[in-house]
Amino acid sequence: MFDIVSFFPRAVVQSVPLLCGSTGETITEKSGNLNLGIPGIMYVGAISGVIGAFFYEQSLKAADKPINTFLGILIPMVCCLIGSLVMGLIYSFLTVSLRANQNVTGLALTTFGVGFGNFFGGSLIKLTGSEVPSIALSATHGCFVHKLPFAKNLGWFGRMFLNYGFLVYISVIIAFVAAYILRHTRHGLNLRAVGENPATADAAGINVGRYKYFATCIGSMIAGLGGLFYIMDYASGVWSNEGFGDRGWLAIALVIFTIWRPNIGVFASILFGALYILYLYIPTGANQAIKEFYKMIPYVVTIIVLVATSMRKKKENQPPESLGIPYFREER
Amino acid sequence: MNKKTKTPFFHIVKRGEIPLWQSIAIHIGALVLALVVCSILTTLITGLNPIKVYATMFEGNFGTERKTWVMLHALAILLGISLALTPGYKMRFWNIGGEGQVLIGCMASGAVMHNHPEIPNALLLILMLVAAMAAGAIWGMIPAFFKAKWNTNETLFTLMMNYVAIQITAYFTIRWEVPKGSGKIGVINQNTMAGWLPKIADQQYLLTIIVVAALTIFMYFYLKYSKQGYEIAVVGESERTARYVGIKVEHVFVRTMAISGALCGLIGYLLVAGSAHTITTTLSGGRGFTGVMVAWMAKFNPILMILTSFLIAFMGNGAQEIASRFYLNHSFSDILTGIIIFFLIGCEFFVSYKLEHNKHREEA
Repeated sequence: MFDIVSFFPRAVVQSVPLLCGSTGETITEKSGNLNLGIPGIMYVGAISGVIGAFFYEQSLKAADKPINTFLGILIPMVCCLIGSLVMGLIYSFLTVSLRANQNVTGLALTTFGVGFGNFFGGSLIKLTGSEVPSIALSATHGCFVHKLPFAKNLGWFGRMFLNYGFLVYISVIIAFVAAYILRHTRHGLNLRAVGENPATADAAGINVGRYKYFATCIGSMIAGLGGLFYIMDYASGVWSNEGFGDRGWLAIALVIFTIWRPNIGVFASILFGALYILYLYIPTGANQAIKEFYKMIPYVVTIIVLVATSMRKKKENQPPESLGIPYFREER
Repeated sequence: MNKKTKTPFFHIVKRGEIPLWQSIAIHIGALVLALVVCSILTTLITGLNPIKVYATMFEGNFGTERKTWVMLHALAILLGISLALTPGYKMRFWNIGGEGQVLIGCMASGAVMHNHPEIPNALLLILMLVAAMAAGAIWGMIPAFFKAKWNTNETLFTLMMNYVAIQITAYFTIRWEVPKGSGKIGVINQNTMAGWLPKIADQQYLLTIIVVAALTIFMYFYLKYSKQGYEIAVVGESERTARYVGIKVEHVFVRTMAISGALCGLIGYLLVAGSAHTITTTLSGGRGFTGVMVAWMAKFNPILMILTSFLIAFMGNGAQEIASRFYLNHSFSDILTGIIIFFLIGCEFFVSYKLEHNKHREEA
């Protein structure tokens, strides 16, 4: 029968990449930048972490030393953040400084990022000439899934809420902090002003370009962490091409679903994670094909939310007013 | 002047019209830079010298007669999708659902082909075409309807529609899989070749190329000289102006997206009946997204689109050649495509604006 205590944690681990991606994208969109490059950024974040961890593990193997937990986490994490930061900078430079079209830039970034991930994921061993059959960073995976030692003894509560790698908690904390900053601090207010009406924000003395740059880059780095979680925790450190799948696009869908609120995102992402794996639990008997229909649910639900919010026209549930529109001070 | 105020080193000035040669020069300059960066990257990865990189790429595209046809086919499909997306973009309808519209076209024509192989071939091909275009049109019209009626964000809507189409295709792929459990349909009507487009002059791809060539000419005239093309242009420039002069904007949205979707469906039909003869979820292969960039780089001009889609097809096939020679991953082409697009997008800035040193202004 359906077992919530085993189902829930699986939904949670599915939700983390989505949560990171959508928190990052929400922050970005609040500045008025519709960054469709998120799927690419998450790939780059993941592969950057993999490359860092790969070299670290190789050097350990050469020196015949055991992995240092601190470095084993720090190196992939820093590589991941740098990789996604560079992607965010490319996007901001093109759309804010060079005023390029956001959608086209975003799509190009996704093409580039997914290609970058798959290329280095598929060719890293060949390029470095190392003698391993596949990228399996089990030692790094070990560092990333250190769990609370007493979690297993706390019964169902421990298994449902305490038995995860640290990135799960970090992603939830980031989401709540982001929600707080957006709604209750001056910087958040300024950022929202930039996204709603950049001309007014500019007149009020807010540096529009700087806010857009910072929001996009921070958003990218958060999204990149989602890719890192996927590969180091969920996928046990094993890279497989296209393994990350459509989660990047689903994260963008989640932004709409949560009506641009990262705190709702924490719960919504678990719901989406549950929907994402629901097909595994619905008894279908011999009919395998119907499972493919169930995989459609998250997307259909998103469409319904999108249409419903546009029909109700409730002011606080709308996308940022200037979303997708570039801002040129001279063109007012 | 207050000494504490920092004067930026330069400021940005909007250009008026710039001469055509200057705009072309900027674009070519950006392209050359992009190609240089691509070749440096390839050299770093493979150790080939930069000239050899492009020689290899050239061989990958024109090395044999077969490779040339493959390149032309890739060019035709990409160009076709870009053309199909263009009317929507001209009216600033941000449709990134080309992927789904093409795929649902593949799905519809494949379904007819799979379920009714007994119909005479000519009739079957027509039925498949109608099914594909109708399915594509519906896929385009749904987001357009909601955009027209409630101003629902079309970028996100069309994006989601892609996945609905992918899952529908995945569903039927498993229902009709041969053999059971393989997760693939395999070539449909292998023996009877029912629903396969005929070869022209013994070339499998020629008919597809001819159809896309005709589509290019049609689209050029449709956008430039037809009443509907004019309406699209006005709506794209300013919805308010369009309303003022009595254009029914909602009507134009739905109609244009129906046409755009139907043409995407047509490309899906060409893919299934013309070359693949099967249905998979990856038939469109990301070209619904690449098509947006191709069309945008050509400024939505159908004739220029031939050039931009050639560029992307050439780099794609060339990178494939390099990747397979060096046993590298085939996603290499995506990296190069991305780099080229970054440069070509970036250079638009220098067409519309120029940088002026602030010193000049102070002296004057």
